[in-house]
Amino acid sequence: MSSRVLNLRTAVLLGAVLLGSAPAFAEAVLHRGNSGEPQTLDQAHTSINIEAFILKDLYEGLTIYDAEGKIVPGAAESWTLSDDSTTYTFKLRADAKWSDGTPVTAGDFAFSLARVEDPKTAAGYANILYPIKNAEKVNKAELPLTDLGIKAIDDKTLEITLERPTPFFLELLAHQTALPISKASFDKNGADFVKPGVMVSNGAFKLTSHVPNDQLVVDKNPNYWDAANVKLDKVIFYPIDDQAASVRRFEAKEMDLAYNFSADQIDRLRASYKDQVHVSPTLATYYYAFDTRQEPYSDVRVRRALSMAVDRDFLAKEIYRGSQIPAYSLVPPGMASYGEPSKADFADLSQLDREDKAIELMKEAGYGEGGKPLNIEIRYNTNPNHERVATAVADMWKNTFGAKVSMVNLDVSSHYAYLQEGGKFNVARAGWVADYADPENFLALNLSTNKTFNYGHYESPEFDAAMQKSYAETNPEARAKLLHEAEAMLMRDQPIAPFMTQADLWLVSDRVQGWKDNAANEHLSRFLSISK
Amino acid sequence: MIAFVLRRLASAVPTLFIVVTISFFLMRFAPGGPFNLERPLPPATMENLMRTYQLDQPLWRQYVTYLSNAVTGDFGPSYIYKDNSVAELIGKGLPYSIELGFYALLLALIGGVTMGTIAALRQNSVLDFTIMSLATVGTTIPNFVVGPVLTLVFAITLSVLPAGGWGNGSLSFLILPMIALALPQLAVFARLTRGSMIEALHADHIRTARAYGLPSRVVVVTHAMRGAMLPVVSYLAPCAAALMTGSAVVETIFTIPGVGRYFVLGALNRDYTLVMGTVVLIAIFVIVFNLVVDILYGLLDPRVRHD
Repeated sequence: MSSRVLNLRTAVLLGAVLLGSAPAFAEAVLHRGNSGEPQTLDQAHTSINIEAFILKDLYEGLTIYDAEGKIVPGAAESWTLSDDSTTYTFKLRADAKWSDGTPVTAGDFAFSLARVEDPKTAAGYANILYPIKNAEKVNKAELPLTDLGIKAIDDKTLEITLERPTPFFLELLAHQTALPISKASFDKNGADFVKPGVMVSNGAFKLTSHVPNDQLVVDKNPNYWDAANVKLDKVIFYPIDDQAASVRRFEAKEMDLAYNFSADQIDRLRASYKDQVHVSPTLATYYYAFDTRQEPYSDVRVRRALSMAVDRDFLAKEIYRGSQIPAYSLVPPGMASYGEPSKADFADLSQLDREDKAIELMKEAGYGEGGKPLNIEIRYNTNPNHERVATAVADMWKNTFGAKVSMVNLDVSSHYAYLQEGGKFNVARAGWVADYADPENFLALNLSTNKTFNYGHYESPEFDAAMQKSYAETNPEARAKLLHEAEAMLMRDQPIAPFMTQADLWLVSDRVQGWKDNAANEHLSRFLSISK
Repeated sequence: MIAFVLRRLASAVPTLFIVVTISFFLMRFAPGGPFNLERPLPPATMENLMRTYQLDQPLWRQYVTYLSNAVTGDFGPSYIYKDNSVAELIGKGLPYSIELGFYALLLALIGGVTMGTIAALRQNSVLDFTIMSLATVGTTIPNFVVGPVLTLVFAITLSVLPAGGWGNGSLSFLILPMIALALPQLAVFARLTRGSMIEALHADHIRTARAYGLPSRVVVVTHAMRGAMLPVVSYLAPCAAALMTGSAVVETIFTIPGVGRYFVLGALNRDYTLVMGTVVLIAIFVIVFNLVVDILYGLLDPRVRHD
């Protein structure tokens, strides 16, 4: 009898436990690997995609990228553009709310964007919004903040005036720098507005907790205007800067998504995880810059010869195991407004033909075997993959021209500091990841007026003029044509030798639904779900 | 005794001052700055940033400002982790590092001393050779190899332990990082103990004790152990300081939210204040543990008295 009572009790207890834990089972949680710890959750200071992935889940800008990486309305439901293409009028969603239930207003957006340009904020990415009227002058403290071309007409109408027509402005607005903050929250909390328990956000999720270097948890925001269509209850971001550790945690099924892993793992991972391995070309270019200020790199023949002698297929396939794509243009493919980029004229030749031509060119210039000795120093930032590329390139130049090639590597800060401060070099590695999907973002690196990014100090009045014309051109097709011409000049002169278009590597678990690879590498958790 | 402690603490002040000064200036010898990133910043932005963080001031003034703030416990903002001050970052991470480091120390100490003692008592036996070979392996295999191997076996193949993270702080999350962290130290403790134990066992007073017919356990534990522990204790100070201020390698491999990574990250990113903060932290730990060890020495060795 007593034992029966006990069994009954156990059964009731067990039932209670099961019932109690049932909701926990039903909760849809996405375990999302991130390639490091966010340096900040402040839209004025953010600069890297680690932060973008988190911030874009927390906040919603006027425009957003959908699951396929296309620009679609975000917090703004619609907009109009003036006839001269310089004034945007945004209509905010009537039901857009902050996570504390208060409405999202045009004033919040005006405040947030002005805060980024305020010189006192010292926003690292203030320049991304320079197309806004007077933004650059305001940011350089040459004009007061009130002169910025942003105006809240009423609570739900925002007017943004531009310096000049900017075809990629809607893309800029989807950058994490242009995400709104609640003015009320900022006025009350100051710099602490980014902390868990304090943060007020208008995106599909809200910040719950954050242990630096361990995890950052966001919960579904019930006040989000489209909350009904958000399928996840919770997203946990794991900051893992060690790529191998990230893969191990994916393999241990502790994470559903892992971002960027070492290319030499691709073959092994494909064998075990098949289509869970995603290689998605992105808007980023891996290139070498030549120092055009000095001999022999001031000679276009030498630059072209060196560039032609590099077997890009080998770099992409052997070193990066197909995780990068051979490139012959600075602008990567995949930009709708630009189409196919202008490639170097040797792109269509076979590698053997390129080498023959390269040897000829080099002879003409009077260097290499039989001519003046060719001593080349390659500088790159310390990284195993960059080292492999440099070694391979050195080998190609040795075999083709009998060049003597040495290599110097510095950590990433020192490497770029040296180049940006105008340090002399022979050949240096560099990379560029698009801030926004527009060719201008890549081509402007080579303007003679660009003192910071034009590492090789390429000076071509012809190229500069073509670029200047493109800035004044409002017709999109005519503008694309001008930019193509500019890129063709660049590829003819080869002040930089593009090697590869980079790709983003993702491990996406079978559990994750709604994932779509896209060149913009935009993957809002809002569009994802988890199968049980 | 109290006078001794006070004197030692007072002498810590100039030590810290010298450590801070040297690292402050050494740090600035490295080329580049906290805002030279792969994606370079435009000059206007750079100026705004330099002004905000007062990096545009002459170096000596930055140094004076840093010192006067540090005295009040303000170690400045982190240039890289902009939402946090250095004190906040260290404050958040240190408890994790101390907890993990403490367990690792315990494991290394108990495991190492036990193995070393057994090896010494069975000198030149198969057991001795086995233990000492293991200890050699332990010191020579770096933990960036041990860590991943442990995860591969226990987290991926056997799926019995988590591959990383702190989780809820339960033991299952700590086991693998603890082993990876403790192994090299355990090996050192084992070797130290074996050596000094063999020496102690041949000492006159031990022979006398044996001659008195004292039981072997009493001879080893009460009499030999006390002398044999001296080198172990002196190694304890640097070891405890190293383990409890975290290991960049182990924390990175297992994604432990501790402070160990901050030194390396700070140095690579030229996050001057963060590097300074961790340097001060490590210096304090070394000073404190050295003091603790000196006091322990006094208790263990009657020849050392702190008057």
